[in-house]
Amino acid sequence: MMGILSNKRLLLSLLVGFTLVYPFLFGQSGYFITLFVMISIYVITAMALNLLVGNGGQMSVGHAGFLTVGGYTVAILTTKVGLPLLVVLPLAGVVTGVIGLIIGLPAVRLKGHFLAVATLGFGISIPQIALNWNSLTGGYSGLAVSRPDWLSNNLSFFYLIILVLVLVTWLIHNILKSSLGRAFVAIRESEVAAQSTGVNLSFYKTVMFMISAFFTGIAGGLYGYWFGYVSPNDFTLATSFLLLAMVVVGGLASIPGAIIGAVIFTILPELTRSFVGLNNIIIGIAVVLAILFLPKGLVSITEFFKKRSQPITVKEGTDRTGGMVKDANI
Amino acid sequence: MLTFKDVTVQFAGLTAVKKLSFEVPEGQIYSIIGPNGAGKTTVFNCISRFYKPVSGSITFIGEDLMKLKPHQVIKRGIARSFQNVELFREMTVLDNLLTGLHPIMKKNILSIALNLPSIKRDERIAREKANEVMEMLNIEHLAYEKVSNLSFGYQKMVDIGRAMMSDPKLILLDEPVAGMNSNETEKISQLILKLKEELNYTVLLIEHDMSLVMEISDLVTVMSFGEKIAHGVPKEVQNNPVVIEAYLGEVEEDAQFV
Repeated sequence: MMGILSNKRLLLSLLVGFTLVYPFLFGQSGYFITLFVMISIYVITAMALNLLVGNGGQMSVGHAGFLTVGGYTVAILTTKVGLPLLVVLPLAGVVTGVIGLIIGLPAVRLKGHFLAVATLGFGISIPQIALNWNSLTGGYSGLAVSRPDWLSNNLSFFYLIILVLVLVTWLIHNILKSSLGRAFVAIRESEVAAQSTGVNLSFYKTVMFMISAFFTGIAGGLYGYWFGYVSPNDFTLATSFLLLAMVVVGGLASIPGAIIGAVIFTILPELTRSFVGLNNIIIGIAVVLAILFLPKGLVSITEFFKKRSQPITVKEGTDRTGGMVKDANI
Repeated sequence: MLTFKDVTVQFAGLTAVKKLSFEVPEGQIYSIIGPNGAGKTTVFNCISRFYKPVSGSITFIGEDLMKLKPHQVIKRGIARSFQNVELFREMTVLDNLLTGLHPIMKKNILSIALNLPSIKRDERIAREKANEVMEMLNIEHLAYEKVSNLSFGYQKMVDIGRAMMSDPKLILLDEPVAGMNSNETEKISQLILKLKEELNYTVLLIEHDMSLVMEISDLVTVMSFGEKIAHGVPKEVQNNPVVIEAYLGEVEEDAQFV
């Protein structure tokens, strides 16, 4: 078992193989395919959120807002403008990315709690806008999304989603391991040092928001296409918190972590559906346990079993407090 | 190469640096020494553009540094290390060094996301450069170790290594041997000489270890309470009564400075 877990390539191909045959394992049941689609949507969103929160160290309590924007963009562009899916889906990302850019601009000046409150405000306002901008969003009754004919079959749509999922994962992986990804982590770790190595803080923070919003918008677009309908209350404040829980419990700054978190927290509510309220309690407990015992998330659980190699040298005097350089950014 | 002219820095009434003027000539090791709180690190933070002087000018190869933002300083060829080590602690040594190359790496989001060949090539060249620097510092074996697992001495090395990545013209070293044993100090002193002689860097050094300063510096400026009190080659400074007074409080007949 440990051998499989440590061999990334094998694990990856097993995972992809499983998803490819997944619909047939459950006799192409609509319920299980929908469950998988929701998992995929949350996996993409959790990876996008993790890029911002885990890698970049910037807080967002409003990512549900980006999902909603993506969903509505798809609805408006398909029914009111009538564009094809291959144009609409990337556009859903671009439109949401632009919104992310607009949110990111002022957010650059805010830190920690203040940033959390600002993004919270965004997350709350988006459903309100969707509710009240009747002419564009259809208000309470929401908007229908027309799926193209070649995707009317659930199975073909299922494979499209897998394709998008793999593509997005690959893109995010590339971004994170590049100089761009290093700049994000640099900002999280030390803004002073990041600046003196040439990282333009405001630019990269804005870019982070934009990239994160872009992929979240695509996830929201997939949601719209799958259910054929978007309404103001599809993604609420609770969704934003659930997304954060996915990232924290799964593993901050880790793509597998985001995937694990998204899978668990999409399936969990399904299992506890008959017990009202239990779901939130379990999620709450899971978050607390993760923070206490696995601060790097479930993805780090293998480290529990692995014998840690001998530390190079004993830590000494690594105290970072004091010194004026920490506070030099004025 | 780097010129300070009548630079004054104030924090809410406290004058940290007062009418400071000095000139760092190209290709030399220039040290700034002085008691704690003399304003040495403030000088560095002015060059890095974290602090804004209330008056005076700082120029680097004829260019006014005051017009730059902190992240633009490195592109002009000035890199720095930090007194208390400002590393990216959760990154590996290799990634820390690679981040030092940030100013010259390609940053097109689209080609990065698609991992185009140009990005791969860029990354390969960056890794070669990082290996070179690690070899020079003798830390190749730590490439994939997380920085937070390293001892303070190694962390200081990585901090200097990161500054070396972009091949700066001027490197600012803020107490590079603070907290190091004599063996490590010797290594760093060799390294600093190497920076000057083999890599042709100009070095601006802040250090409390007097034997190191006197051994490797070409020129020394002494600061006390934000003012320059002495300047010259190590020998002159060493025997300057004003300097001895600043360090020891008052001049005594048989006082010996280091």
